[in-house]
Amino acid sequence: MTVPPTVRPVAPHSADVPEPAVDMRASLAWAALPNPVATASGCAANGRELARFYPLSRLGAMVTKSVMLAPRSGRPTPRMAETPSGMLNSIGLQGPGVDAFVQQDLPWLKSQGARTIASIAAGSIDEYAEVAARLALAPPGTVTAVEVNISCPNVEDRGLVFACDPHAAAAAVAAAREATDPSIPVLAKLSPDVTDIVSIARACVGAGADGLTMINTVLGMAIDTTTLRPVLGGVTGGLSGPAIRPVAVRCVWQVHAALPDVPILGVGGVRTGLDALQLILAGASAVSVGTAVFNDPGAPLRVLGELRTALAERGFERLRDAVGYAHRALGDGADRIAPAVPAGPSLQDFAPDAEEAL
Amino acid sequence: MTVAPSAPLGGVVQVRGEVLSVRRVGAYAAITLLAPGVAERFRPGHFVALAIGDQSSSMLLRRSFSIHRCQERGVYGGTVEIVVSAHGPGTQWLASRRPHDPVDVVGPLGTPFALPKEPASCALVGGGYGSAPLFTLAERLRARGCRVDIVLGAATEERLFGVLEAKRMADSVTVTTDDGSLGIRGRVTDALPRVIERAATDVVYACGPMAMLRAVSDVAAGAGIPAQVAVEEAMACGIGVCMTCVLPVVGEDGVTRMVRSCTEGPVFRGESVRWADVGTVPADCLGAPVAAGGH
Repeated sequence: MTVPPTVRPVAPHSADVPEPAVDMRASLAWAALPNPVATASGCAANGRELARFYPLSRLGAMVTKSVMLAPRSGRPTPRMAETPSGMLNSIGLQGPGVDAFVQQDLPWLKSQGARTIASIAAGSIDEYAEVAARLALAPPGTVTAVEVNISCPNVEDRGLVFACDPHAAAAAVAAAREATDPSIPVLAKLSPDVTDIVSIARACVGAGADGLTMINTVLGMAIDTTTLRPVLGGVTGGLSGPAIRPVAVRCVWQVHAALPDVPILGVGGVRTGLDALQLILAGASAVSVGTAVFNDPGAPLRVLGELRTALAERGFERLRDAVGYAHRALGDGADRIAPAVPAGPSLQDFAPDAEEAL
Repeated sequence: MTVAPSAPLGGVVQVRGEVLSVRRVGAYAAITLLAPGVAERFRPGHFVALAIGDQSSSMLLRRSFSIHRCQERGVYGGTVEIVVSAHGPGTQWLASRRPHDPVDVVGPLGTPFALPKEPASCALVGGGYGSAPLFTLAERLRARGCRVDIVLGAATEERLFGVLEAKRMADSVTVTTDDGSLGIRGRVTDALPRVIERAATDVVYACGPMAMLRAVSDVAAGAGIPAQVAVEEAMACGIGVCMTCVLPVVGEDGVTRMVRSCTEGPVFRGESVRWADVGTVPADCLGAPVAAGGH
């Protein structure tokens, strides 16, 4: 354990201040990243569209859209519904299949200087093994890590979500780990829609996952009150965006508390640097920006800049010192999950206005 | 007649735009935005995606609008004008902007209309405020020596857009309304065959509701001429990463794919869109789900 840095009060940031010097290097298992901000699977396609806005090499990593074995059309439209501070989607893992991904997208991403975390999905354990095996045929150096999506909610049979059952989750991860180059770390992407995410996390790590991605979308639904029918073509869909950030922070917190040595890629509702900092303080070693990209294509780099400033303001010289810091702040020997609530300002502090406020 | 192919994924910028003016036009609001870098890259058929509110807005998804007008060098720099029908909280927010209010703009986006290589006779068909992108198109076509006939339709006179503008630039203007409050009572497709016959039309361009585009595509196909249609599909991002705005389109190879209307479109060849299957995934589509639990 390193000594916690001396935390100083947060000072307001001025735009004139030069970029603060913070060591932003991050790692996911043994995959080294120049910074901790990545895209999120399904929110950045495979990079070509975002590359029009900035060089992908400036991202910590590109997490690509989950690719399956065969080309896949996805689900019918409407595939999207806006919800308060979020959106529901029922895309259904549309994509060209793993062979096209390996031949076209991975070499292109490498040529752009991107570090690629390749997300794979499947409908069966055998398919996980097959997709991972085809991915392993990619040119050397094109895949930084493999993310095993065992939690996409848009499969036709909700019962097929591997991440809802520790045995199925472990089997899928084991199949993917087995077929993947041992030098490439494998991350398991977990669903928040479970009773005990820690037990799923343990099962995945036990099956060979080198790290975890948390969280996938939360299963949700919207009904059109004009047509009196479900809005989405797929009826139910995945809820994403700032609306689910507290769920992501909680999941990362719980799993980091139970498995402090397992690296976590935190995902869920990150829109600002302070949002990213929450996930890092909860235990994430790196952070993905997902739905916020739809609102602001430049969000990942903006979040990176805001995070660097936020770390500097809090006296952190290195990003990695902040990973899981919120757990330490509870004090030694505390194995409780809920932090003590600090005493808030009392009414006496606002004596002149207190009565008006009441 | 040949039309030049247009390249998808062209130059695009994200800029902090500024509202210059908001005008009421019939049932709509025409909003002019200072958006440096967008106008310089503009071609007719392009659209912009606007963020609603600021970084704390609870409305995350961008709203996409076809570009009505563009000015590369205004007094303050490049401007774009869009036409908004304020029917939901996001469009109401946009229509209630005041001069100098900031609006985040991403654009120009999409694959624009393909223009004829040689002078041709062109019929431009717009439904409601869907006609917004047709006027810059008309100007570019005129500049190439094309004949331009414009057909505008809407439910009522108030919901027509750009009739006077059309009269200033077109060889002929035909107006239809469902209720007969202006022009011919009926649909644009009731009037279109006569326009095509009279003007010996070589190509039809259309923008408006999906049902209208389907009907216009049918009329063009019936006349044996190509149609270029700009579709309206709900988009979450506008830039090609979210995969929400897809529709079934037949490629050059005869294979149907679910393609994005934001990047491969919004302009498609009318006969390439499988209109009857919009909103579904046709069983013969590439990668369509296998009937019994295949995926």
